[in-house]
Amino acid sequence: MALLEIENLQVSFTTADGDVNAVNGVSLDIDTGETLAIVGESGSGKSQTAFAAMGLLAKNGRATGAARFDGQDLLTLSQRELNKIRSHDLAMIFQDPMTSLNPYMKISDQMAEVLMLHKGLGKSAAITEAAKMLDAVRIPDAKARITMYPHEFSGGMRQRIMVAMALLCQPRLLIADEPTTALDVTVQAQIMQLLGDIRRDFGTAIILITHDLGIVAGFCDRTLVMYGGQIMEEGATDDLFAKPTHPYTRGLLNAVPRLDQDEETLRTITGEPPNMSRLPAGCPFSPRCAQVQPNCPTERPALETINGARRRACHLPVSEVA
Amino acid sequence: MLRDDATVEALQNASHMAEVRGRSLWADARARFFRNKAAVGGFVLLMMIAAFALFGGLLSEWEPDFVDFSLMGANASEGVPSFETGHYFGTDSSGRDLYARVVQGTGISLMVGVVGAVVAVIVGTLYGAIAGYFGGRVDGTMMRAVDILMSIPFMFVLILMLVIFGRSIFMLFLGIGLISWLDMARIARGQTLTIKNKEFVEVAVATGVHPLRIILRHIVPNLLGIVIVYATLLVPNMIIFESFISFLGLGVQEPNTSLGALISEGASQMQYGVLWQLFFPLLFFVFTIFAFFFVGDGLRDALDPKDR
Amino acid sequence: MTKPILSVRDLSVTFDVRSPSAWPWTPARKLHAVSKVSFDLLPGECLGIVGESGSGKSTLARAIVGTIPSSNGQILFEDSDLANMDPRQRRVHRRDVQMIFQDPLAALNPRMTVGEIIAEPLVTHEHGLSRKEVKRRVGELMEKVGLLPGLINRYPHEFSGGQCQRIGIARALILKPKLVICDEPVSALDVSVQAQVINLLISLQKDFDLSMLFIAHDLSVVKHISDRIAVMYLGRIMEMADAETLTTTPAHPYTQALIASVPIPDPALEKARPRPILEGELPSPISPPSGCAFRTRCPKAQPLCAGDRPVLEDIGKGHFVACPFHAPERALVAG
Repeated sequence: MALLEIENLQVSFTTADGDVNAVNGVSLDIDTGETLAIVGESGSGKSQTAFAAMGLLAKNGRATGAARFDGQDLLTLSQRELNKIRSHDLAMIFQDPMTSLNPYMKISDQMAEVLMLHKGLGKSAAITEAAKMLDAVRIPDAKARITMYPHEFSGGMRQRIMVAMALLCQPRLLIADEPTTALDVTVQAQIMQLLGDIRRDFGTAIILITHDLGIVAGFCDRTLVMYGGQIMEEGATDDLFAKPTHPYTRGLLNAVPRLDQDEETLRTITGEPPNMSRLPAGCPFSPRCAQVQPNCPTERPALETINGARRRACHLPVSEVA
Repeated sequence: MLRDDATVEALQNASHMAEVRGRSLWADARARFFRNKAAVGGFVLLMMIAAFALFGGLLSEWEPDFVDFSLMGANASEGVPSFETGHYFGTDSSGRDLYARVVQGTGISLMVGVVGAVVAVIVGTLYGAIAGYFGGRVDGTMMRAVDILMSIPFMFVLILMLVIFGRSIFMLFLGIGLISWLDMARIARGQTLTIKNKEFVEVAVATGVHPLRIILRHIVPNLLGIVIVYATLLVPNMIIFESFISFLGLGVQEPNTSLGALISEGASQMQYGVLWQLFFPLLFFVFTIFAFFFVGDGLRDALDPKDR
Repeated sequence: MTKPILSVRDLSVTFDVRSPSAWPWTPARKLHAVSKVSFDLLPGECLGIVGESGSGKSTLARAIVGTIPSSNGQILFEDSDLANMDPRQRRVHRRDVQMIFQDPLAALNPRMTVGEIIAEPLVTHEHGLSRKEVKRRVGELMEKVGLLPGLINRYPHEFSGGQCQRIGIARALILKPKLVICDEPVSALDVSVQAQVINLLISLQKDFDLSMLFIAHDLSVVKHISDRIAVMYLGRIMEMADAETLTTTPAHPYTQALIASVPIPDPALEKARPRPILEGELPSPISPPSGCAFRTRCPKAQPLCAGDRPVLEDIGKGHFVACPFHAPERALVAG
C-alpha cells in the first residue's frame, strides 16, 4: 500500500470573480522512502495539491476527492485528528522560511515547543534534542546558535532550521514546496544534498514541488508534470527526461537553456500561462500547444497508463509527439 | 512544428485589434466603492445634505436674518415647528426662522470642512511628497518645521488669534488651514518613502526624468488613494473642530452661523422647552459626520491596495 | 582593435551603515558593495555578469545607470566619465543608457497607461514631438516587442508577467539607446515565458545593434545570451572570459564551485557528475576577508591568499582570473 495516495482531487476557490478550479482531478501516490517531484509553472496547481492534502487550504478553498495517508482519508478528518497526523507523520517546508518561523521567538523555544507538545519532553530535554537536530542539518555551532532569533540567520540557514523543525518528530513524509527557489545556487546545492541525506538516513519519503527541472533531475525517483490543475505526464525521472511523451513536457525541457549545451535559439512555448478562471473544457494546454488537434480544446484527454509505469494525458499518439 | 513566438502571437490575437480602453485602478476602485452598500448610503446622504445646503434656501419662506419681533419671547409657544407658519423647524429665541438658519449653518460647516481638507490635500501632499522624495537634509528640515508647528497648542493660538484680530470667517479658515495640512504632510511623506523605493521610480530616475515631474507623475498619483481616504476623514474632524470653536462662542459671527453655533444656542435654550432648537441642527450635524465616516470607510476599502 | 563603448575602471560603491545603537557623531561603517571593478564592453557585445545574492552585481548595474552614486573610480561611456558628472549633465546622458528591471510589474507605474509608460523617455528627451508622432513610435515599438498596439490604453495590472516585461523592454528601447543594462530580466518569469523573453532580447540586440550588460544569478541563462561572462563574488570580479571558455574550462575555484552547483535537467549527467559542495557562508561585506575575498570558503586556499588581493590577470585569449593558483578544470563532464 502506498504511503500517500491522492485520488481524483479537486480543489476550488470561491472568489469575487466566481469559482476558480485550481486542481482538477489529480491522482497520485508515493511509497515509503520514495521521492516524487511535482513540476509545474505558476497556476499549475502543484502547491494547492499539497496544501489540500495537508489541510492547509485558504479559507475560501474546498477540496473533494480523497487523500489517503496510511489508508486514512486526510480530507475527512477533523482538525484535531489532522493535527495529530501532521505533527507525527507529515511535515511540510515552504519557499520562504521566514513565514513559518515566529520572528519574536528564539529558535530554541520554537523547536522545544514542538517537542514538548508532541513528545511530552521536558523543556531542557527538548532543547538538547532540538540542538541535536540542528547539528544533524549541519548548522555550525548549533548549541550556541540555538538561542538566536530567526532574523539572525541567513536565508540558507533558515531553510536548514525549517528542515530541522520538520524532522523533529521524524515524519514519514516530507512535502517540500519550492524549498530552494529563494536561495542561491550554491546554497540550493547544500539544501538539496541535505534533503538527500535525510531520505537516506531516515527513510523519509519526499514530495518535491518545484518549477526547476534541473533540481528534479538529480534528486527524484519519479516526476509528475502538471499544467492548469491537471496531470500532463508522469513517469520515472530518467525515463521522462529522456523520452517525454507530452508536448508540454517536451516544450518545457526545450525552453530551459542548459549549461552543458549550445542552443542557437531556445524553442519556446508560445502564449501566456493559463488563466485559471477561464480554462478550456478540454486539455488546459491546448491554447499553447504546437501540435494541437481539433478535439483538444473541447475534449479532455484521459490520463492513460502506457508501458506500465508511465502515465500521460494527450490525444496525440506517443509516436507523433515531436 | 514550432511557431515563432512574438509575431504569430500578435496575429492570433488580431481579433482584438480595436483600441481598448483599459480599466484603470481608479475605475476598479470606483466599482468596488459602489458595491459597498454602507458607503453608497453615506454618499447619497452626503449628496442630499449638500443639496440641502445649496438649494434648501429656495424652499424657505423666511430670510435667515429676518427677525420676527412678534415671536420674540414667545418662542416656546408660538415658534413651534409647523408647516402652516412656514417655520418648518420652528424659530429661535430671536424669532428667526430655524429652517433658514440650519440651511445656512450646514453650508458654512461643510465649507469649513471642505476648505480645511482641500488645503490639507494640496499643501500637505506636495509638502510631504517633496520632503520624502528628496530625503536627507531637505527632509530633515522640512519635517522638523512640521514638528515645531505641531507642538504649538493650536486651539490656544487660534483662540488668541480670534480674540486679537476679531472673529471672522476668514480668520477661522486661516486657522483651520494652518493646522489641517500638518498631519497630511506626515502621512504623505511616510507613503512617499515607500513609493520612492519602488522600481518604477528608479526607472524614471534612470531615464533622466526631471525630479519635479517624478513627484507629480509618479509619486503623487500613487499617494492619492491614501490622501483621499484621509481627507474624507479629515472633513468631519474639521467640522467638529469648527463647531467646538463656535460652541465656545468664538467661531463664525452673527448674522452668519454654523451648525456648531446653532447647537450651542440650542443647548443654552434647552431649559425653556424649545428642544427643536437643539434637535434640528444636531440632526444635520450627526448625519453629516456619519455620512463622511461611511464614505471614508468605503473609500479606504475600495482604494486599499492590499485588496487587489 | 575596436574601441570599447563602456569602460569601467576601478569602480567602487560603498554604503554607510549605521547601527541603531551608535551615537549620531560616530563615523558610519562602510559596506563595500562593489570593490575596484574594471571591465570593458565592446559595441554590440553582450557581457553577462553572474553572481549570487550579495555579490554586488545589481549595485554595479545601478552605479552605471546612475541611480546609486559610486564612491570611487570611473565609468567611461563614449569618452565621458559618467561617475564624475553633475546631475544636470548626467540627465542628458541618460538617454543612451537604459535599464530593464527584474520585477516586471513593480517597474511599471500602476497609475499610468502602457502608452504613457513607454512614451515617457521619449517625452523626456525629445521635446516638441507631436502627440501623433509619439503614438506612432510607441505603437511601432509595441509591435516590435510582440505587444498589440491596440493595448496602448491598458494599465499594467491587466497584463501577465511576460507581457509586463515586454512593456519594460519597449520603454527601454524607445530612445534607441546604445547600451542596455538588464538586471535579472527573466528571473521573475515562468519557465515557458522566460524563453520567449530571452529570444526577444537576443533578436532585439541584433536589430538595434545594442551593447548589453546582462546581469543574472542563473548561469545557464547568462551563458545562453552573453558573448563574455564576468563572475562576481563579494563585490569583486573573480573571473572573466568568453562564455564558452568560462562554462567549459573555468579556472577560478569559485567559478568551478558555482558551475558544480548549477543543476542540469539531465538525470544521467546529474547522477554521474561530481558534486563538490561549497561550504560556509558569504562573509560580511562590511568586513571582507583580507586578500582574496573567497579564501574563507575556497578548497584551494593557501596562507598566501590572506596577503595581497589577487589581481585579475590574463591567462590567455582574454581569459582573466583573479587567483594565483588558477587551474582550468573541465566542470561539466560526467565522472
